[in-house]
Amino acid sequence: MALSGIQIYKLLPQTNCKECGFPTCLAFAMKLAAKQVELSACPYVSEESKAQLQESSAPPIRLITLKSDGYEIKAGNEVVMFRHEKTFYNKPGVFAKIKTSAAEADVKELAGRINDYRVNYVGIDLEVDGIAVEDDARNADKMQKTLSVIRSVSKKPVMLFSDNVASIEAGLSQLSGETPLIGCADSENWEKFAELAKQSKAALAVIADTLDGLAELSEKAKAKGVEDLVLVPKGKNLGHELILQSQIRRLALKANFRSLGYPTLAFCQTHAQIAQAIAKYAGFLVIDQFAEELVYPLLVLRQNIYTDPQKPIQVQPGLYEINNPQPTDPVLVTTNFSITYFSVANEVEGSGLPAYLLVADAEGMSVLTAWAAGKFDAERIAKAVKAANLDTRMSRKRLVLPGAVAVLSGEVEAELPGWEIRVGPREAVDIPKFYKQVLQVN
Amino acid sequence: MPVEVPKEKWPGSVRTITLGALPAEGGTRKRVVTVGGETAMPFMHFEGEIPYPPVVAIEIKDRKPDDWSPLLLETWRDVIDDPAQWAAAAEEAGADLIVLALSLTNRDGNPTTPEEAVASVKAVLAATGVPLIVFGPGQAEADNALLVAVSEATKGERLALGICEDKNYRTIVATAMANGHLVTARTPMDVNLAKQLNILISDMGLPLDRILMDPTTGALGYGIEYGFSVMERLRLAALQGDKMTQLPMIVTPGFEAWKAKESKVGEGVPKAWGDWLNRAINWETLTAMTLVESGADIVVLRHPESVRRVKAAIDELMAAKAFVS
Ligand code: B12
Ligand code: SF4
Repeated sequence: MALSGIQIYKLLPQTNCKECGFPTCLAFAMKLAAKQVELSACPYVSEESKAQLQESSAPPIRLITLKSDGYEIKAGNEVVMFRHEKTFYNKPGVFAKIKTSAAEADVKELAGRINDYRVNYVGIDLEVDGIAVEDDARNADKMQKTLSVIRSVSKKPVMLFSDNVASIEAGLSQLSGETPLIGCADSENWEKFAELAKQSKAALAVIADTLDGLAELSEKAKAKGVEDLVLVPKGKNLGHELILQSQIRRLALKANFRSLGYPTLAFCQTHAQIAQAIAKYAGFLVIDQFAEELVYPLLVLRQNIYTDPQKPIQVQPGLYEINNPQPTDPVLVTTNFSITYFSVANEVEGSGLPAYLLVADAEGMSVLTAWAAGKFDAERIAKAVKAANLDTRMSRKRLVLPGAVAVLSGEVEAELPGWEIRVGPREAVDIPKFYKQVLQVN
Repeated sequence: MPVEVPKEKWPGSVRTITLGALPAEGGTRKRVVTVGGETAMPFMHFEGEIPYPPVVAIEIKDRKPDDWSPLLLETWRDVIDDPAQWAAAAEEAGADLIVLALSLTNRDGNPTTPEEAVASVKAVLAATGVPLIVFGPGQAEADNALLVAVSEATKGERLALGICEDKNYRTIVATAMANGHLVTARTPMDVNLAKQLNILISDMGLPLDRILMDPTTGALGYGIEYGFSVMERLRLAALQGDKMTQLPMIVTPGFEAWKAKESKVGEGVPKAWGDWLNRAINWETLTAMTLVESGADIVVLRHPESVRRVKAAIDELMAAKAFVS
């Protein structure tokens, strides 16, 4: 836990020599506590104090980075139990599983699909972070082969799971220069795993079904010189997993309990496990089966939960042209909340119909939220029309309002003489039909 | 060295609320449902009590809905024209509760009359043994007209009537009070607004143990993070002792998730979205589970497979008590 100014002061030389640029050691200590200066500004701190200060300023949950050629995925460094208290920082890395028992062709096909998976959500490209190899064949040759096949189609970071240390070693031989995760080390085999992790600079996953067991393993591994650890709390069921994950986070943050101050990993078989792992504290997720229809909602949920609650994702207000519109085409007005903008823009784009999308500055709020908050009214809409010079730019002046704010149409008409004001459908999905049946007809 | 887990000792707790009434209590239900009573954050059995599991309601309509995903219309095809059969099928599918959402207009396109609404509610009650929640069509005048008639015709059943909002709650609360029912109170994702509406409703004389609060949620991809966080904040406030937030929470992830394009539309969508039916069910399941994790006491769903998954998960979340004490 971070030390207070007074605690830090006790570790300083207390000579008030002013070389740090502050009048007293206490003043310097206060600035240090507030993280406004670096310890190195004082030339006289003892080595012993330095070590103590560094230890205490280390983040309560260690930052772990898995790396491969061109990719990096981080977990840890979280500071709160609940996202509204600040935000969650490092999105849990999502790894899809491939088994060593699978036929080579299947490995290649699956690894390719995992590697290439990409889906756009509100303008953000979402991807799977890597591949977790499960050595269900318990066979070093198969592990090596599987990895070389994977590396022929994907460069994303990998995790290697086996209870056969020789398999892990064989897998690592294919991954030089990378930082993969290996595991899972348990109370029986941890020593060999720790040695291997140390040699290869891999991160090490330790597994146990109690907090005592996890703490003991992490301490032993650390004593062996392995610092990059990932905890795998093996719950007896979904609820037990939730409790273990919550307790680990709490011990790390509230009690500065170093032995459990590492990111966690959750193996997920069910939908409930996935939702829980994302909402409640997993640093990495390994999903059993790769299916587009599951990965898409999973990645969206992760994106949502890890959005900074203080900053809704926004788009730039202004005029957007979709499908090469002409001055006779309609102007659709919406707000600058990303989810709102992309719901509408994707529909219009997908339909192939030409239109202008006028994005009013509604301070990043959805249509109804902004309307209710007074940030999306006739005045603001008229202002956006003027700012985009639409009066001169458009030869036919047609403005389509979102159906949800149909009540605004009278006022908008009054604000914008010469414009035809149309009320569109409530849901963006229905825009293409509305366009064809109403706008194109008259 | 055994690890010592710091425990939260909360001064407050959530109220317990019972929906439905048995014949001996003046109703006709075969089973009642009790929710609430938590003295800890969701499923933290090691530091408090989670006496009742969250429950799953299935939402049905009084007639075939106009705007539901074709996947849902197909799922309920055989029963969708008859609320009684639909309710029975929902109970069969594992619903702990039924939510009957009344439509603004009847099959012929005319405004639903109070008599029609009462007939639908009675048919549903006759066809099922579980407690019932009735939502009006969502327009103040219609809500009031239909819900008052329903409330009077089912006196003593301990239905929950909704949706009370800050602009329209008085009539619904008054009729619930007079006829022994409960209400659901919805506010737009804001702790203070939720408290305020609960205060307004209890000021009318309805006891707090007859109010369920609906803090509103968004679907996965469409604002769920706001719902998730406001529910966590409401539950924390309740445990910290804020009386006006100590009510069980009901949310409608089914309604939200099935409104999303991902669930509604099967064609002309990116290939990366995958199989339509599974994606839609996943959308609902993940939305619902995320809210269960943040403190929902009642989740209202639409698809039987989501219901099965969410109920199985809740069983495990509750069973974990055995592993920590
Ligand atoms: C998330 C949310 C919030 C978030 C804000 C999120 C954000 N950045 O906007 C928070 C929690 C901050 C919030 C706050 C408030 N909210 Co709010 N919120 C919601 C919620 C749950 C979801 C909104 C959302 O993101 N929808 C998804 C987006 C994509 O929808 P959309 O913008 O409407 O776009 C769709 C359509 O309108 C259409 N569309 C969009 N543009 C266009 C354009 C054209 C031409 C066409 C044809 C169609 C079209 O396409 C989109 C997809 O179909 C809704 C309830 C709900 N479940 O819908 C309430 C809701 C919008 N909020 C509401 C209210 C009242 C408020 C507050 C005023 C409450 C308060 N006093 O605190 C505040 C206002 C904010 C403030 N004062 O700062 C009310 C509005 C009531 C009303 N009908 O007037 C709602 C409806 C909840 C309710 N039932 O009471 N809210
Ligand atoms: S340089 Fe070090 S010893 Fe000198 S005043 Fe600053 S803190 Fe104290």
